Amino acid sequence: MPDSKPLKLRIPEPGCRPGDQPDFSDFVIPRAGEARRPEIDSDPEAMRDMAFSIVRVINKKGEAVGPWVGALDPEELRDGLRHMLTLRVFDERMTVAQRQGKTSFYMVHLGEEAVSCAFRMALDDGDMNFPTYRQAGLLIAGNYPIASMMNQIYSNDQDPLKGRQLPVMYSAKDHGFFTISGNLGTQFIQAVGWGMASAIAGDTKIASAWIGDGATSESDFHAAMVFASTYNAPVILNIVNNQWAISTFQGVARGNAVTFAERGHGFGIPALRVDGNDYLAVHAVAKWAADRARAGLGPTLIEHVTYRAGGHSTSDDPSAYRSKEEGSAWPLGDPIDRLKRHLIEIGEWSEERHTQALAEVNETIRAAQKEAEKHGTLTSGNKPSPRSMFDDVYAEMPPHLVAQRQAGGY
Amino acid sequence: MASPTTSATTRMTMIEAIRSAHDLAMERDEKVVVFGEDVGYFGGVFRCTSGLQKKYGSHRCFDAPINESGIVGAGIGMAAYGLKPVVEIQFADYVYPAYDQIVSEAARMRHRSAGDFTCQMVIRMPTGGGIFGGQTHSQSPEALFTHVAGLKVVVPSNPRDAKGLLLAAIEDPDPVIFLEPKRLYNGPFDGHHDRPVTPWKNHPLGEVPEGYEITPLGKAEIRRSGSAVTVLAYGTMVYVAEVAAEESGIDAEIIDLRTLMPLDLPTIQASVEKTGRCVIVHEATRTSGFGAELSATVQEACFYHLEAPILRVTGWDTPYPHAQEWAYFPGPDRVGAALKEVMEA
Repeated sequence: MPDSKPLKLRIPEPGCRPGDQPDFSDFVIPRAGEARRPEIDSDPEAMRDMAFSIVRVINKKGEAVGPWVGALDPEELRDGLRHMLTLRVFDERMTVAQRQGKTSFYMVHLGEEAVSCAFRMALDDGDMNFPTYRQAGLLIAGNYPIASMMNQIYSNDQDPLKGRQLPVMYSAKDHGFFTISGNLGTQFIQAVGWGMASAIAGDTKIASAWIGDGATSESDFHAAMVFASTYNAPVILNIVNNQWAISTFQGVARGNAVTFAERGHGFGIPALRVDGNDYLAVHAVAKWAADRARAGLGPTLIEHVTYRAGGHSTSDDPSAYRSKEEGSAWPLGDPIDRLKRHLIEIGEWSEERHTQALAEVNETIRAAQKEAEKHGTLTSGNKPSPRSMFDDVYAEMPPHLVAQRQAGGY
Repeated sequence: MASPTTSATTRMTMIEAIRSAHDLAMERDEKVVVFGEDVGYFGGVFRCTSGLQKKYGSHRCFDAPINESGIVGAGIGMAAYGLKPVVEIQFADYVYPAYDQIVSEAARMRHRSAGDFTCQMVIRMPTGGGIFGGQTHSQSPEALFTHVAGLKVVVPSNPRDAKGLLLAAIEDPDPVIFLEPKRLYNGPFDGHHDRPVTPWKNHPLGEVPEGYEITPLGKAEIRRSGSAVTVLAYGTMVYVAEVAAEESGIDAEIIDLRTLMPLDLPTIQASVEKTGRCVIVHEATRTSGFGAELSATVQEACFYHLEAPILRVTGWDTPYPHAQEWAYFPGPDRVGAALKEVMEA
């Protein structure tokens, strides 16, 4: 009989908690330009290495190098920089607005701006994203009106969602942005269903699913993977690995796997990791995956490796569970700084132009905020009527709801 | 394209009627897609989708992985695209993994997006016991869905209604939970498990329109007119109530609710105001069951007409047992006893 010892679990812990010195020395980061670029129709089996590498394009000097250097021209890159600046300034203003009591809640993208901003530029109008609450760059880069986003955050009388949803849970069908749930992971399988529907209808549009590292533990992540794999659905499956699910570090969701991208292998789904703080890399990988989907080659799993430099939400205090120095020690840098340096490196940008652009963005956001606040905030001005909360429960209001509305005096 | 109305009828089982509804809906509108576990080549474990894949192709009727959350979640995505998915959950007992997708997603899509996205989807599932299915093939979870704002809940009791209500559900712009009492698939089972069941071909409600004829949601039907007591029932319990009325000699008015949400309160109210008594019968467990909602609603609407306390006859608050099935099942004796009790009060 073998020697029996009491059994023990491994309870994963991050390497760094408050007071510890951040240490990313075991984080293997390939050099920019090092990851290869398979053909989109390569055998998924022959691309397994991509799940353990990281596609990176912008190097430390700001040069774009390697096989993933994309087709974006300087004008498009300046647009991308402006989108990211807009998102960052938007986040700053809305965080202040939340602190001022103008809304209940807000969630920032700090450090993750490239992921959604660059990704949007690889999609076509008519494609559909099924986002989480941290992909507002999909709206900003898709030219959704800033003031409408603020109206939603303020739940004022111009809120497109009539005051029904938590701040940032936008919905914008015409901009390819599915209504955000807040229940984690549910949208991942819905995106696969949308992509399946496009194929059933003989359409050419593709879907894009979004999930965070933590929510990959949800059953719906696995449901999405098996459905996408089984039906070869035209969908891009994005995992945004920003290292933290509120206070839970990514190792709790990842378990014994080396990467999140690796999850694709069991399903035969091609999987890549991309430097999520590298605008050029995110765009190139997104375009590659979109081309695969559009060519009928099926789903692609993308792990965007990034860092949630801010709190989970305005209700969160990250200093309670992670080192304050961790963000500045994050080895992939800041997405805005990196694209800015690249544009300067290729002679298409300057510090002066950047200062000027930032001032313009600030003015745009300030003007939008002024416009939105004309219609009120959560705590001032006009509100969606209580009567309207009875609308849209069903297409046609059933008698019991009519009775309840009347009983409520609305 | 099927003609909108036809008076021609044919004898069908409930399974054939459900299959016919799928067939006509798919023929009429290529947006209708059907999927679920075993529904494709095989046509479903109860054969409700038999022949559809062959007729409409595997893009419109196909097998799904065994993942109920995935089936409903994918259906929601398809509905968001603009298709009209009709999905099958193999047994209502299996629906719980999909509950989050149904409650947090399908039911709220229209409201949370202020109509930007909607969810026109039917989620079919066989419900109820009486087939020795034990605790995992016998449950009646309707109250878990009637409790959720944004869902419609339908329970047909016969082939004619099953077809008409399913056609209505497929065209309904909101998500519909469609619970099919599996003990009724082949005949109007009345709870006398030791006797043969009349096949649908010998029952007037087995006479089903051949064409595309909708039975509107939200309308109850009086199955037996009576003056002594109103019985509110749905699904299998309609027939249990009928035989209980016959055997007890009590002139009960039996209302088949057909749609639980939205509820046809005017029909209920008119009957209870006439009889002054009310017995509610369902197979599901008692506490927080749909009978509690019915009882409260009848009390609020009809209090001054009531001559006796409202009684409920339900399954016991236990898991659905296997060997003790008929001790659990609220059969004709228990319903008859309640009818007598309410008359003596």
